[in-house]
Amino acid sequence: MLRYTINRVLLAIPTLIGVAVLVFFLLRIVPGDIVEVKLRGDGGSVSQETIEMERKRLGLDRPLYVQFGEWMVGMATLDFGKSMWTERPVLEEIAIRLELSLQVAIMATLIAVFIAIPLGTMAALFRDSWIDYTMRLVTIGGLSIPSFWFGMLIMLSLLALFNWLPPITFTPIYIDPIANLKQLIWPALAVGYRYCAVVARMIRSSLLEVLNEDYIRTARAKGVYEKLVISRHALRNALLPAITVIGLEFTFLIGGLVVTEQVFNLNGIGQLFVQSISRNDFTLIQGMVMLIAAFYVFVNLAIDLLYAVFDPRIRYGT
Amino acid sequence: MTTTTRRTALKQIGGAFALGMGGLHWDMAKSHAQAAKRGGTLTFAISAETPHYDPHASDTFATLHFASPFYSTLLRFNLPKFPEVEGDLAQSWTVAPDLMTYTFKLHPNVKFADGTVLTSADIKATYDRLRNPPQGVVSTRKATFADIGTIETPDPLTVVFKMKALNASMLEHFASPWNVIYSAKDLAENPAAPRTKINGTGPFLFVEHVKGSHVAGKKNDTYFKNGLPYLDGWKGVFTLQAAAMLNAFQGGQVQAEFRGISPAERDRLVQTMGDKVRIEESSWTLNLLVCFNIEKKPFDDVRVRKALLMAIDRWGGSQGLSRISTLRSVGGVVRPGSPFATPEAELVKLPGFSKDIRKSREDAKKLLAEAGQSNLKFTLWNRNLAMPYTPAGVFLVDQWRQIGIEVEHKQSDTAPYLATMNAGNHDVAIDFSNLFMDDTSLGLAKYLSLSRAPENRSRSNDPELDKLYDDHLRERDVEKRKVMIRAFEKRLFDQAYQQPLLWWHRIIPTHKVVMGWKMSPSHNLGQDLGEVWLNS
Repeated sequence: MLRYTINRVLLAIPTLIGVAVLVFFLLRIVPGDIVEVKLRGDGGSVSQETIEMERKRLGLDRPLYVQFGEWMVGMATLDFGKSMWTERPVLEEIAIRLELSLQVAIMATLIAVFIAIPLGTMAALFRDSWIDYTMRLVTIGGLSIPSFWFGMLIMLSLLALFNWLPPITFTPIYIDPIANLKQLIWPALAVGYRYCAVVARMIRSSLLEVLNEDYIRTARAKGVYEKLVISRHALRNALLPAITVIGLEFTFLIGGLVVTEQVFNLNGIGQLFVQSISRNDFTLIQGMVMLIAAFYVFVNLAIDLLYAVFDPRIRYGT
Repeated sequence: MTTTTRRTALKQIGGAFALGMGGLHWDMAKSHAQAAKRGGTLTFAISAETPHYDPHASDTFATLHFASPFYSTLLRFNLPKFPEVEGDLAQSWTVAPDLMTYTFKLHPNVKFADGTVLTSADIKATYDRLRNPPQGVVSTRKATFADIGTIETPDPLTVVFKMKALNASMLEHFASPWNVIYSAKDLAENPAAPRTKINGTGPFLFVEHVKGSHVAGKKNDTYFKNGLPYLDGWKGVFTLQAAAMLNAFQGGQVQAEFRGISPAERDRLVQTMGDKVRIEESSWTLNLLVCFNIEKKPFDDVRVRKALLMAIDRWGGSQGLSRISTLRSVGGVVRPGSPFATPEAELVKLPGFSKDIRKSREDAKKLLAEAGQSNLKFTLWNRNLAMPYTPAGVFLVDQWRQIGIEVEHKQSDTAPYLATMNAGNHDVAIDFSNLFMDDTSLGLAKYLSLSRAPENRSRSNDPELDKLYDDHLRERDVEKRKVMIRAFEKRLFDQAYQQPLLWWHRIIPTHKVVMGWKMSPSHNLGQDLGEVWLNS
């Protein structure tokens, strides 16, 4: 297992280098110039000379391979450079938003998992009963209602019912947990509903499949308690595809909640992504793409390792 | 502490109505009549985040609503008596009869946030930066101060501006909210420092700017105006989506929005909040412009430009758009209702303002046919702000479709939108004229030759317009000045380089607890929050 883990971590390095090469060079061929946008976007007049000076200051006048080399060397020491727009370190810009985005993703995942597992299991166990139909109705709702729209309904309902809204500026959980949860529970619910629907349906369908397997029939024939059959034999196997979905959804939530962030006025990674793209802020875009790529790589690794925990037949590195 | 008598309160109301603030709420008077309370933190919404902290280099309210509370200006506008000016850092001033020398006496013991004392050297350094920015520094108002010859500092509390050419509106320019005073020491160390560092003499001290989230200020205990500010602090929350802002306002998360909301948004707040919300309205020193890049074909042909302007039904559009957006009044180059504005009877005779839209469109089609452009297709470049840019863009596309023209409506974020226009990469654009006063020395400057006015995004160079502008600037007789403005406007619209689409209407919502804030026709004015207080 350890060897497998080390191999996977080492394999992540060429994957991330590949992502780095792609993002760096693709950004350079996309039309648009950060310096023009930054200086001429002020609304004032800027001479070509000033633009060239700024380009030089930002190092954009040097050959691409030199810029790429410097960036790669910096990344190796966790120095992602400075945002070309705000001139603040990329890591700092990301860190301000990552805490919030990560917390929403974690809370949404917890909500989804804690609701989806019993919901999906019950639906499968009571297939074609009113429980199953109710679950299907709820999950179809979750899949078909966009999270941002559900978020807007939540906000308007809070206003209409309690004349109250959650805070609109972020307070870290370690400073004021109540204020923090007051703000983030709602977007987590809005996103968690859709997430929960995806996972619950996945659990239902894979559990239905597993329940028809020979080993389940054997366990029942041996007289194993039904609860044990479900929890130890059926559910553990049925969870494997759900774990993959949970992992991928979690990573998506880190940077993919652009509209939901706008609805709740959240200062998250999604908004930063959109802003930096509209400003051609190369260094910041590169930093965020690398961050999300790294998340994908490590979440996938975590999923693979979790497989081994849930399915004893899977043994890596042996 | 300042108290306002009934008489002055009534005067203020009178002044406000004179400005066309028809919907101005009576609470404004009450806020001045009551004794101000101290303490509390005002939280308000800012619907855009400034890219930097330097108002000298900015043209967006996002910079002023962020930075104004930290800074002072030499003079400022007395909002209840707008456009009258009053001292800010200047305790008093004199103007030579020939308008060629302006002498300002500064308040003593004014301190910057870093504790250094303000002197006339700081004023000189600031204005030198504005009129002659060093390499790498952007001053969007360089042209405004081109008429200043020398700046002298005979003593630490006196500064003398000597003009090299007469500018009858110079005093108003000294009151511009954009010309905040920086520390000479800071500028000497790094002329670009104000982009990233805040060190002013305003009523509040900078606390933090959490990127993407908010900016916060706290009371400046050494502020030079006795008894001010009233608030302990303030927080400006960036609410980039109007829906999020409205929810936050209704839920009490923010207590004000000082730029302006649409009529539909106003109606929602009034309906849901009842008497807890105060709505103040005014015409606005802001318009959207239809702007042709005359360096691009076929917009180098005056017939094409004129035809496109003549196809727009402004009068009908004003009725429809004013219900759903902040656009309202039909006007020429001067804000409708202000003293120098062109009366409607004269306006309708100008190209693009006819009330007989059917005939106007027929004439437009003929002009296009003459120019060989009957099947014209082009891209309309626009800003992706929902209010009022998007409805304006949709409106224009529809207007031009009615004379057989196909238009692609392309919207983008503010920075790339401005960068594209400033680099001259657009065909036709919806530009804007963001003024802080009605004075034509400011309002007409946008239409000068590109060599003089970089903000002229039609990229026209027209010596005749330049001459008319210069002549009007030196003219002190009001009636003669008016004639010159009309001539300028006629020339501009005949050449059809660019033309106001509609003027905006400003609607400001505040919670009833917010007192002391003064409404004006410009969202750039009155944002230092020094006299704002909370009645709670």
